[in-house]
Amino acid sequence: MASILRLRKLHYVEPAVKCCSVGFESPKIDEKLDKKEEDVISANNLALGIKNKRKQGKEWRCVDSCCWLIGCLCTTWWLLLLLFHCWPVTLLRAPELPGPGVRLKREGLMALHPVVLVPGIVTGGLELWEGRPCAHGLFRKRLWGGSFTEIFKRPLCLLEHLSLRYETGLDPPGIRVRAVPGLVAADYFAPGYFVWAVLIENLAKIGYEEKNLHMAAYDWRLSFQNTEIRDHSLTRLKSKIELMYITNGYKKVVVVPHSMGAIYFLHFLKWVETPPPMGGGGGPGWCAKHIKATMNIGPTFLGVPKAVSNLFSAEGRDASYIRGMVPGVFDSAMLGLQTFEHVMRMSRTWDSIVSLLPKGGDAIWGNMDWSPEEGHVCDFSKKSHSQTSLSDNNVNNSDVKGGFRVKDLAKYGRIISFGKAASVLHSSKLPTVDSKEFSRTSTSQTLNTSCGEVWTEYDEMSRQNIQNVAADKAYTTTTLLDLLRLVAPKMMRRAEAHFSHGIADDLDDPKYNHYKYWSNPLETKLPDAPDMEMYCLYGVGIPTERSYVYKASPSSRCKSIPYQIDSSHSGEDNSCLRGGVYFVDGDESVPVLSAGFMCAKGWRGRTRFNPSGIATHIREYRHKPPTSLLEGRGIESGAHVDIMGNSALIEDILRVAAGATGDEIGGDRIYSDILRMSKGINLPL
Amino acid sequence: MSFLRRRKGTGSSKSPNFVGSKIEDGDGKKKLFESPGKKWSCWDSCCWFIGFICSMWWLLLLLYNTMPASIPQYVTEAITGPLTDSPGVKLRKEGLTVNHPVVFVPGIVTGGLELWEGHQCADGLFRKRLWGGTFGELYKRPLCWAQHMSLDNESGLDPPGIRVRPVSGLVAADYFAAGYFVWAVLIANLAQIGYEEKTMYMAAYDWRLSFQNTEVRDQTLSRMKSNIELLVATNGGKKVVVIPHSMGVLYFLHFMKWVEAPAPMGGGGGSDWCAKHIKAVMNIGGPFLGVPKSVSGLFSVEARDIAVARAFAPGFLDKDVFGLQTFQHLMRMTRTWDSTMSMIPKGGDTIWGGLDWSPEGQSFNCGAKRLRNNSINNIVQNANLNLADNVKSVNYGRIISFGKDVAEAHSSKIKRVDFQGAVNSVKLPNLTTSCDIWIEYHEIGNHRIKAVADYKVYTAGSILDLLHFVAPKLMARGGAHFSHGIADNLDDPKYQHYKYWSNPLETKLPNAPDMEIYSMYGVGIPTERAYVYKLNSGTDCSIPFQIDTSAEGGSEDSCLKGGVFSADGDETVPVLSAGFMCAKGWRGKTRFNPSGIRTYIREYSHAPPANLLEGRGTQSGAHVDIMGNFALIEDVIRVAAGATGKELGGDHVYSDIFKWAARINLQL
Repeated sequence: MASILRLRKLHYVEPAVKCCSVGFESPKIDEKLDKKEEDVISANNLALGIKNKRKQGKEWRCVDSCCWLIGCLCTTWWLLLLLFHCWPVTLLRAPELPGPGVRLKREGLMALHPVVLVPGIVTGGLELWEGRPCAHGLFRKRLWGGSFTEIFKRPLCLLEHLSLRYETGLDPPGIRVRAVPGLVAADYFAPGYFVWAVLIENLAKIGYEEKNLHMAAYDWRLSFQNTEIRDHSLTRLKSKIELMYITNGYKKVVVVPHSMGAIYFLHFLKWVETPPPMGGGGGPGWCAKHIKATMNIGPTFLGVPKAVSNLFSAEGRDASYIRGMVPGVFDSAMLGLQTFEHVMRMSRTWDSIVSLLPKGGDAIWGNMDWSPEEGHVCDFSKKSHSQTSLSDNNVNNSDVKGGFRVKDLAKYGRIISFGKAASVLHSSKLPTVDSKEFSRTSTSQTLNTSCGEVWTEYDEMSRQNIQNVAADKAYTTTTLLDLLRLVAPKMMRRAEAHFSHGIADDLDDPKYNHYKYWSNPLETKLPDAPDMEMYCLYGVGIPTERSYVYKASPSSRCKSIPYQIDSSHSGEDNSCLRGGVYFVDGDESVPVLSAGFMCAKGWRGRTRFNPSGIATHIREYRHKPPTSLLEGRGIESGAHVDIMGNSALIEDILRVAAGATGDEIGGDRIYSDILRMSKGINLPL
Repeated sequence: MSFLRRRKGTGSSKSPNFVGSKIEDGDGKKKLFESPGKKWSCWDSCCWFIGFICSMWWLLLLLYNTMPASIPQYVTEAITGPLTDSPGVKLRKEGLTVNHPVVFVPGIVTGGLELWEGHQCADGLFRKRLWGGTFGELYKRPLCWAQHMSLDNESGLDPPGIRVRPVSGLVAADYFAAGYFVWAVLIANLAQIGYEEKTMYMAAYDWRLSFQNTEVRDQTLSRMKSNIELLVATNGGKKVVVIPHSMGVLYFLHFMKWVEAPAPMGGGGGSDWCAKHIKAVMNIGGPFLGVPKSVSGLFSVEARDIAVARAFAPGFLDKDVFGLQTFQHLMRMTRTWDSTMSMIPKGGDTIWGGLDWSPEGQSFNCGAKRLRNNSINNIVQNANLNLADNVKSVNYGRIISFGKDVAEAHSSKIKRVDFQGAVNSVKLPNLTTSCDIWIEYHEIGNHRIKAVADYKVYTAGSILDLLHFVAPKLMARGGAHFSHGIADNLDDPKYQHYKYWSNPLETKLPNAPDMEIYSMYGVGIPTERAYVYKLNSGTDCSIPFQIDTSAEGGSEDSCLKGGVFSADGDETVPVLSAGFMCAKGWRGKTRFNPSGIRTYIREYSHAPPANLLEGRGTQSGAHVDIMGNFALIEDVIRVAAGATGKELGGDHVYSDIFKWAARINLQL
């Protein structure tokens, strides 16, 4: 206090003295100065609209006005804040419809089955347990999730800590970053950006609490088997489910996985029944005994095309939600000029992204000239979201099928094509992709010129190879894997020990007992649990990335990523091509095909993938954007993450958790063309 | 404020001041020109001042944020000399790594509680902390808060429509409030030798409930059992090291009995569960035999900082923010918490002393504490003083006495009127009409209150009768869950009931000869041991009894300060309670410890932090601050990394606990 007083005194005395002396020597100049100053100040005051009765004296300097202004603003702010806090809570909020939880509670629904939530990729928080000196003071603070302030403060340090070891896909020496446990792990991703919070709140309304609600948080960067090897995550999940089963009066659990959590849980289902040491040793009846239903939200069963662009060029449009959250950091060149390179380097150490590559090859995703979604009409105009126009759309659809504009059909099967031409031309006119060529060129000489400090595997490719890859070719899902093996051999070698992307010919082949097949629904059988139910719950009605038009990046900078999406290409109004990306129906991240196919066909009835005939149900939720800003992210959204706040979806989950079966909640509910698409896929069942 | 006045003064040209006069000197015209512009109103000055402060604040904040992280450390080192390595770093250099998984059991009050379902007034607090964290809601809507924190008066469980649940995970009790660590330092040090979530587990429970009710309502004990089994299974069969703190000690004692008892009352783990799963129990500041504080807490809600919260918000709790009834509200709330009953002194007069006798009575010197800064001094002094025998003996056995003279007089001179007689003779007067907050005192009449005061002196044994008398419902509810006696015959089948499980004097330790039990606690801080009470002359609605803060001992050395007799301890738990079981009750093969589990006493002499920079100190012995004591952390880490009690150095004793224990005549 004393020091402030002194300072103030200084401020005050100084100008007075100065003025005085100046005034003595040249009063006229002084006067002019004064006038000017006064003008400025009064202009300021006028502009501020503050009625100032007094004219300012000489000692009222700029600093003083600043202080005055800040003080004024602060005081008003505090006053308003005080008023805001005193305001009765009810007045502020618009009268809301009661949430599904309240409504169902009035209907008499009560907590019955314990609920396990399995978060997806990216949404789970990660915290630091051991780090380098640059991360000093961040012990047990969130590096991922939460406020992300540290990313702004020390970006390079953070990138280093979030990366895994390139060779092993596990912790780098001296760094331990671990998943945040408990419900807080993924209730909010960032302040105000809910993931599970709304669902948790509604579950709590009908009586859920920590003893019958569990968040199976895991480190989403690792491959699924590695979460067990490093953190025992699968064992913990098993023990937790067994405990909840017992302490809740032998009621089976309802599992609610989201996004990548769906295939993580698929992995768990196989793992838990497999004998140790590879599996959990629960025995063949474990799933039948402990699990009532698996309600997959926006499941990525067959992968997402986004993962391709992400791995290939780190460009996938909001492949990670983080880009939605902090677009500035990643799009501008804040980390020097190598943002993308840094991000690519980091995300390529994450095995889990490889689990999201499209599975099933050409049989599922289409080949050069055919794809299951063929004939999809894209309409980017707003009205497509409303009910009526969608039926119009269907009419259009049949028109199109009638041969109206066949040649405009997007060739979705070509997941990556270099140049627009390659994406449209008939396959016979394209140069063939020769996988032998890949194997030959991949033993290329290393080009370790020392420019830039970010190492990506592209640096080890020769210029020649890079051009070879791009030369007017198109890649389908199958050849895409070869392509990735070429451009990122080390990553693919590491990750393909944990994940497989094919289709099994014979599921009884003993090789399928290996864990790398467990998360691929096309290479595993569902457990023998005839009473279990599988749900596929996902949003529809949002254009979703499906395939890309690429170009070789023009920059000759030695360390840049050599390919980028050619965003200059856009089709005409009704075309599905926008900014170099072909779109299909989906929930903004996962195409309908990936989310729905297994429930619609692969597992429906008794198939070789589902030998015990587990009942499957498809529940689609049509996207309706929030009508006003007040609604936040909407209660009828169908977007990949926002769907977790969708009232209809929450109601379905609550009903099942309270004991209903799939038929009781209404069986299938389908808006999209998933059944037609599945029919087009020729897969022996 | 002086400057404000000056500011104003200089602003107005009418008042004679130096600016004005200078201008006069300089230029006449100028004065004309300036005179209208020099009015600084009070409002302007205020704004200026606030703005100035804010800008300075922001500037400093900016500077602080841009400052390299090493500067504070550098400054600290410059002032206090080079920092010693934290125990974690030190021991990692010695080569210690993760070995046994670790389980933390937090104590009363320190665990966070969050809201899962509430009344209208708690709108928007879903899954927000009601207890722990910032306590923001406590200030904003105190009545609503008190309502939600209370349990049902009849059942000791949730009131209808309210569900408040413990926060789970390490965050439950790492920090109690922002910046006030509880387990955080220990966790950080364990992490330095490699511990992480998969090898650590915080057994958070709702500390308001009676121990068995945590299982009935939340299945907390089952969860703990399952988690310990999981920890052992996933860490290659390594047994766990359990670290309970404060009331967690009793809770874990209860758990050890529960887990081996057959279902449905117990966990059905079988008779060798503890032997198979537990390597060591390292009790920190354990109130094995209860704490006298809880008596005054229950009797008149006055115990000095029984809740750590009082240290935080003393102004709030001591002043009358709730209107004039803060204490009544508090009493009503705390009396619904069964857990406070678990800490009423156990063992009666045998342990805590009778009218004219107490274990600490003749040998404890209160004045010596001032000088205790290091252990050597301490021991020497204690010995000297004891030899000199210039210490006036204190009747610690009289836990509550009405009036100072009564507290000090010989028992034969005290005239006591039996209060129990008043129970039947006096009818219930209608006093409940005028009081907003119902507490049980309103149901007992003035006569009975008088009768209570007339009995004059209460020892640990008669305290229970007293509480039964003044709070019959509370005691009836709590009595079903806790017992405070000494067992004559431990094989009596009645001792299989869960109400005995948390009383070390009425249970046997499990059959686990390889297990170790540590008692780790601070010494050297005066700790409440007995009280001088008076009748409150206030209105009918107030609490009728009060600590007589005017009662002071004569000299500097007296143990009586402000109506409270202090003994040696860690500020909350007297040494007797924390150390007796390990010093005598369980030492060797006794009837309480049939399998001969080894016990170790580790005392930590309190040394207050030398300066403010040290925060709460690294050598503190205070009940909660001891969790940041480097010596204690080192002991814990060594045991977690595989050391046994012998390797640690066995007993480590500063206080007279062995002497006191020897004086207690308990059949073993």
